[in-house]
Amino acid sequence: MSNPLVDMQKPDVIFCIGTNMTECHPVAATGLKKAVARGAKLIVADPRRIGLAEMSHLYLPLRVGSDTALLLGMAHVIAREGLIDEDFIENRTTGFDDFFEHISEWTPEWAETITGVPAKDIETAAIWYGTANRGAIYYTLGITEHICGVENVQSLCNLVLMTGNVGREGTGINPMRGQNNIQGAGDSGALPNNYPGFQAVTEPEYQAKFKAAYGREVDLEKGITKVTALDLCGDSIHAMLIDGENTLLSDPDREHCEHALRSLEHLVVIDIFLTETAELADVVLPATAWGETDGICTNTERRVQRMRAAVPPPGEAKPDWWIISQIAQRLGFKGFDYDTPKPIFNELCRLSPIYEGLDWERIEKGATDILNNQWPVPHKEHPGTPRLHEETFANGRGIFSNVHYRDPAETISEEFPIWLTTGRRLQSYHTRTQTGRAQGIDYLLPEESLEVNPADLEKWELTDGEWCKMSSARGSITIKVKATNRSPSGTVFASFSFADVPVNLLTGSGYDPITHTAELKVCPVRLEPL
Amino acid sequence: MTHTMEIDGVEVAFSEGETILEIAQRHQKEIPTLCYDPRLEPFGGCRLCIVELEGARNPVASCTTKATAGMVVRTTTDTIEAYRKTLLEMVVGENREVDVSPLRGYASGELADLRDKYGVNGTSITGATSGTSKTDDGNPFILRDYELCISCYRCVRVCAEQEGDHAINVMNRGFHTQITTEFDGLLKDSACTFCGQCIQTCPTGALADKKALRAVDEVEDAVPDKTRTICPYCGVGCSVDILTKDEKIVGIHPAMDGPANQGALCVKGQFAYDFVQHPDRLKTPLIRGDDGELHEATWEEALDRAAEGFREVHAEHGRHSIYGIASGRAPSEAAYLMQKFIRAGFGTNYIDNCSRA
Repeated sequence: MSNPLVDMQKPDVIFCIGTNMTECHPVAATGLKKAVARGAKLIVADPRRIGLAEMSHLYLPLRVGSDTALLLGMAHVIAREGLIDEDFIENRTTGFDDFFEHISEWTPEWAETITGVPAKDIETAAIWYGTANRGAIYYTLGITEHICGVENVQSLCNLVLMTGNVGREGTGINPMRGQNNIQGAGDSGALPNNYPGFQAVTEPEYQAKFKAAYGREVDLEKGITKVTALDLCGDSIHAMLIDGENTLLSDPDREHCEHALRSLEHLVVIDIFLTETAELADVVLPATAWGETDGICTNTERRVQRMRAAVPPPGEAKPDWWIISQIAQRLGFKGFDYDTPKPIFNELCRLSPIYEGLDWERIEKGATDILNNQWPVPHKEHPGTPRLHEETFANGRGIFSNVHYRDPAETISEEFPIWLTTGRRLQSYHTRTQTGRAQGIDYLLPEESLEVNPADLEKWELTDGEWCKMSSARGSITIKVKATNRSPSGTVFASFSFADVPVNLLTGSGYDPITHTAELKVCPVRLEPL
Repeated sequence: MTHTMEIDGVEVAFSEGETILEIAQRHQKEIPTLCYDPRLEPFGGCRLCIVELEGARNPVASCTTKATAGMVVRTTTDTIEAYRKTLLEMVVGENREVDVSPLRGYASGELADLRDKYGVNGTSITGATSGTSKTDDGNPFILRDYELCISCYRCVRVCAEQEGDHAINVMNRGFHTQITTEFDGLLKDSACTFCGQCIQTCPTGALADKKALRAVDEVEDAVPDKTRTICPYCGVGCSVDILTKDEKIVGIHPAMDGPANQGALCVKGQFAYDFVQHPDRLKTPLIRGDDGELHEATWEEALDRAAEGFREVHAEHGRHSIYGIASGRAPSEAAYLMQKFIRAGFGTNYIDNCSRA
């Protein structure tokens, strides 16, 4: 997030797109609810009539995968109505003239033909956001889990740059991260293109730095993403070390994924449960869980925080860092003789400019009135950075992107005439390895069901509460039908949480070519009664 | 803009909009409250926070009275303390019980603490108890024990103001006041999201953490140990306190000073913690045997086998045949070491985390 969570109470216009925040980030959503109660206007763009849509002043029910078209239409209106921030564009951005030319073509009337959202509503949204004193954008995987995820984000950046809604209280462009330490995993360099602290592996300066730090030659090119690695399993990838991910259920195209992992010569999985993925491993190593592990994590607002052990682990379970160190030592790798997590975190801080002012002791103390632990924290006396891009952008100037709309990888057809979109639910989390083992959760959410618009039941010969067969180009599952107006006509929804309804058998139609993020939000399907 | 006023004979500064209670608390004045939660709009229901204000005919509720320049306030006088004691007698007298397990909720001991402080024995005013417990609500999380309700409305207000859910409200008036959902139904059938905020703000334990109360026999009246950490679910990073008794997790309290959540939690962070000590947890390393099954092994055997497999694949297929996937759930030390394992060990960038799916 460019802005801190406390800023969520402060915008006067809020634009939420592709984020089901009341279910997926419920505590963050309380900030937006307070802003709305205070009088802020809320615009919600989402294919489904989610909780946020019910609270909104303007709801834009766009067709799945049509975000870029909607955002181009909004940019067109902002420019046409003269709602741009000329000073900001002049002083902080580059490429506006070309962009201005580019968007003249993409009218809201055109966007209506793609998105299904009435042109006048697109105009209203653009005018509200464009005239906001404090306009803030929030998004989640509904923006990124598309073949055009990068274009979607760039389209949002265009709106921010046109209107200067960044670098100030209550503004910004704010992706909501979905896991307790997914931000920290990226910060720590668990990426094929970046060393810790987002230092590009292709930069000679950083290559030299890590060559010195690790005492060995390093590859000068980017690595491959997990998606590519899974594609290459059994071909050129023959061994994997997987820590705490139930790849088999969480990733698209389960059959492909299972085939990939089975074709490895050597699979080592570190986890707290014998997950569907761990069951395929040659060696399974039991890790300590949350509540048993001392360590540090980073949240969606870049706040670095301490996690503490409260109870001893069961049996012989060990911390992940210990397990990885032990394997490394047995392979003769140097620099893995750690006894506690503290020197590991301090090593990460020394090698990462965004963490350089942090260390274990500072995180142990927690935030104070003076020192805030939101990165970047470039030196010890630095107070931390709640708000990014206040004076300048990290790369100098904000760049306008002349994006084009693209259809999803697969579009509905005679064979697969219905859009399936996927996501999470409030009461369950991911593949239910955790929430499925928490007493009481079943009372609220005992099973998965497919949300279908009531008007579509008859057309597809379905019955509310009965089972149906749902098929995509990759496979079929059976799932119970639930009639609800949350789903628009022609689009259905299910979560990927339940192992007995493995929705990710169906997904996996395509990937964003740059980020390799799967298009989990769009999958044409066919429904048949059982 | 800063003004000054006098509290207990001392000149103090305040800003426009501050209440007498806020200013007094900043100056370490002990003013009792029951309906007050600093996260919520002042309500003025319990009247315990009354103070003497010079020029006012009657005592005023300090939580709802905004300070003005030149005010002269006395927070503790014999008269005020007598009023407070009488109010507490009335509140205590209409409750079934006051001494409740600390497992009921974060604030559940507030009434008992004030009773003790004011030496109220609960026998001077006796009679019927107010509030009817909702015993038919079989939800697994929230005990609705309204015989302990004192109508402070903190639950109703936290649900509306903090959560924006408006799942519960007030029915009837006076002695017959009752907290209820629409149509007096079950929480499951209301707008309730089971975030548990009502439990944690309740000052009497009338709303209580049913899951935590499963350990009531083990914990007895002792306050369980607390460990401050961060919630294991989404990326908001809410601060929580894990409640433990003898190496067992018995519940979760939201951290009221958590920088990301300021006391708020959701159903997962509040209640979905017992996966940690679930019998399904892996307790020993496992190695796949010649029979194709996974078998228990010692750490030495398992680590040797893990390392040997990587060594063999490396020898046969080269360093670009090995790939590491870091977790978005484990702490950063794990992710950092996973990338170091790949980069320092094999010299490649064949490393990713689970953020692409």
